[in-house]
Formats: sequence, C-alpha cells, structure tokens
Amino acid sequence: MNKLSLFSLLILVVRRDLVLAMRRRADVLTTLIFFVMVVSLFPLGVGPEMDMLRKMAPGVLWVAALLASMLSLGRLFSADYLDGTLEQMLLAPQSLSVLVLGKMASHWMVSGLPLVLMTPVLGLQFDMSIEAIAVLILGLLLGTPILSMVGAIGAALTLGLRGGGVLLSLLVLPLCIPVLIFGTGAVEAVTSGLSVSSHLSLMGALLVLALAFTPWVTAQALRISME
Amino acid sequence: MAINWFKYSAPTTFYGLAGKLIPWFAISAAVLCMVGLYIGFVVAPADAQQGEFYRIIFIHVPSSILSMFLYLIMAAYAAMGLIFNTRLSSMMASAIAPTGALFAFISLWTGALWGKPMWGAWWVWDARLTSELILLFLYLGFISLHASIDDPRRADRAAALLAIVGSVNVPIIYFSVQWWNTLHQGSTIKFTGTSMHIAMQQAMFTMLVACWLYAITVTLMRVRSIILERERHTKWITELAEVKA
Amino acid sequence: MNLDIWMRENPLSYIWIGSYAVAFLIFAIEIAMVVHKRKVTLQQVRLMREAEESEEG
Repeated sequence: MNKLSLFSLLILVVRRDLVLAMRRRADVLTTLIFFVMVVSLFPLGVGPEMDMLRKMAPGVLWVAALLASMLSLGRLFSADYLDGTLEQMLLAPQSLSVLVLGKMASHWMVSGLPLVLMTPVLGLQFDMSIEAIAVLILGLLLGTPILSMVGAIGAALTLGLRGGGVLLSLLVLPLCIPVLIFGTGAVEAVTSGLSVSSHLSLMGALLVLALAFTPWVTAQALRISME
Repeated sequence: MAINWFKYSAPTTFYGLAGKLIPWFAISAAVLCMVGLYIGFVVAPADAQQGEFYRIIFIHVPSSILSMFLYLIMAAYAAMGLIFNTRLSSMMASAIAPTGALFAFISLWTGALWGKPMWGAWWVWDARLTSELILLFLYLGFISLHASIDDPRRADRAAALLAIVGSVNVPIIYFSVQWWNTLHQGSTIKFTGTSMHIAMQQAMFTMLVACWLYAITVTLMRVRSIILERERHTKWITELAEVKA
Repeated sequence: MNLDIWMRENPLSYIWIGSYAVAFLIFAIEIAMVVHKRKVTLQQVRLMREAEESEEG
C-alpha cells in the first residue's frame, strides 16, 4: 500500500466523517434547528421593537452560533471513541495532528457552515441591513472554524466523561470570548459606518493561530484522555 | 550549607517542610494584614474625589493581582507536572486552584461594591472586572475538569493542558475585552486621585504582601491534605505521627 | 432608595460590612474547609491503616 501523503490523509478523514454525518442527518439538522430556535427566542423574550432587535442582532446570532457549536462538539470524538476507531488513529503511524485537523474540518462543514448559510434569513428577521448581514457572514465564516478547533480541545479533554456536554461548554466558552467580541464588533462597526478591517483581520489572525496550534494540542489532549 | 532543593520535590519531604512553614506564614500574614489595615484606615487620609469609599482598594487590588498571578503559578506547576511527570507539581496546582478562584471572587465582589458608589450600579462592564469574571470561569473550569475525572493521572494531565491553554488565552482575552470596552465606551474603574498619598501606597503594598502570605499558608495546608490522600497507600504515610494517633 | 442614602452617610460602615467583612468571611470559610478536609483525610487514612493491620494480624 502506497504511503499516504498528509494532504490525502486529510481528505480521507474528511470524506469519512462527512459520509458518517450524512448517514445520521438528524444530528446535523438538530444543531441547525437549535440555532434557529435560540435566535427566535430572543424577540419573544425582549419584545418585538425593531430598533432594539436590530441592535441586539449580531450579539444574539453570535451567541446562538456559539451555543449550537458547543452542542455538536460532544459528538466530535465520541463515536470513534466508542467503536475503537480513535484508538486505531492514536496507534497509526501517520500524524495524529493531521487526523485531528481532518475531523475539525468535517465538524465545521457539518455544524458551522450550515449556521453561516442560515444567517441571512435570520438576519432579515432582525431587520439587519445588507452590509451588516454581509459582515456578519464573513465574521462567522472566519469564526466558526475557530470555534470548532478550540472546541475540539475541550471535546478531547472531556472524552468519555459523565459531565460531558455541559462540562465541555464550561471549559470552552471562556476561550471563545475573543471570537465573539471581534465578530460582533465588526457588525457594529459597519452599522456605525466605521471600518471593519481591524476586527476581521484580528479574527483572521486568531484563525491562523488556531490552525497552527489547536490540532497538535488536541492530539496531546487525546493521548492524555486515552491512556 | 547547600540546600538540596530536589530533596523537597518529593511528597515525603515536602510534607514535613510545609508543616513547619505554615505557622510562620500564617502569623506573618495576620500581622501584616492588621498593619496594612491600620495604615489604610487610620493613617491614610480621605480621597479628594472619592471620600472614604476608595479604601476598598486595600482588599480589591491585592485580590485582583493575586487571582491573576496565582493562575499563572498554578499553570506553571501544572505544566511542570505534565512535562516532567512530577506528582508534587500537579498536587500544588490542585492546591492553588480554589484559593485563586476565591480571590477572583473577592475581587469581583469588592469591585462591584466599589462600583456602586462610583457609578450607581452593582455591576459595570468595566474591562478589568469583565476579564476578572472570565478568569473566575477559567479557574472553575480547571477545578471542574479535575473533579470530573476519576483517574488521578488523567485528571492531573488533562487539567494541566487546560491550564496551559487558558494561560495562553488570558492575554488574548484581556486584549479583546479591552477592545470591546473601548468600543462601547464603557466605564473604567480607575483610581482618579492625581497621585496616591504615600500612606495609601504603603497600605496597599502591605495588604498585597499579607494576601500573598495568606495564599501561601492556605495552599500549603491544602497540599498537605492532598499528599495524605494521594499517597495514603505508602508506608511513610502510615508511619506519620498524626495517623498513628 | 434607602440603601443609597445609608451608604452615602455611612461610607466606612458600608466598606467594612460590604467588602472587608465578606472577604474575611470567605477567608474564614476557606480555612475551615481546609482544616475539615485534613481531618477527614486523616480519618480515612487511619481507617485504611487499621483495616490493613487487622488483615495482617
């Protein structure tokens, strides 16, 4: 068998996870439905006054995206952990970091990307302007991968634990606060007529940092959890 | 006389050393606290703008400083335990965590009480207070993760990784919260006096040292219990005077 | 509000009761918890030791 290059290994892992996700489409959809429901709860809770909703919109959408991502993160490693695949991955000669990166990528495609695609509709519900929605989408595109990656560290540390999902959220949410701040800050900048470049470039910097470090850290966390 | 520091990195010897040091740290903490409060309340004058209310800083500032430094020290011990596989380092990290969390809470509480006369509200989303709140969450995360894992080895190492990730994040979080705060022109709780009266500085410094000594005292006490618990199957524990009693 | 008025007229009491008393209370609770933990741990170790001794003997 010819030795797999790192890139084709990545593609292999992503394809496998996507196929598995497609077989359990309900999981994907429930995350999306949760996102829509949480966003819809806010107007019900605070009242239909359009001015206030327009102001709240970026914050509400970002927090809902964070929470929806947290929900789906529990599943990142658990299926493979339960059926022994994860153990094989740890024993494999290939780089564990690359395997982990593949899982993060497929998680984002299955959880993060649908949220981003749903955002325009929800943004209109909150009477956001086109520019605001555009900046929100751009921010989410940059930010949701970061959520998947940082969240993977939490998922790896809490592998197989009783406290499970809630503990994971407790660990990961504080670490995601910068993403939240820059994402919402960018939308508010564009609605006030200011430049969004600083917010988005800071977000981009976080994305690059995450790409560089989180796969390796997650791999270490997996080794700790699986000993 | 050369002190062999490595001798004290074993739980057996550290247990004894800690036991001897605790009374000294405890007494000096209590004494310095009384001195500090005396200087702060009796010697230092009232502030031109804030009147008597500023005197909260003698507990607020030391607890903030301590909560931040204790987190870094905790993470450093945890990292040492992870990298060098030394049991005592991980035990120290676990011993520091509750103290750090409580100082973070005190910082938040006293910060809120300072905010009330200044801003009329019990909570203001000041950049430092908000960062302090996030720091409390990081502490609670560390403690929760450690408590949720039954195997002590895995618990130590997982919590250590979390602490390291948290430490790296703290500057990022702090920067982004500062950014967020200036964007929203949030309130800043600052000491608005032009220059601090010398007695105020003295009081603050004395209280800071007192809090450090207190933190060391409680941490040493806690780590002794942790050592007892973790090493309970070893011979030297069963030979201890307090166990035989 | 009553609290506001009381606060402005008794700043020192406000600080002492609100901040310092709470801080010292927390310290006291922390110390009590640490002492209690030590007691409980010692008890457990003693029990374990007695159990082992009765097994050997």
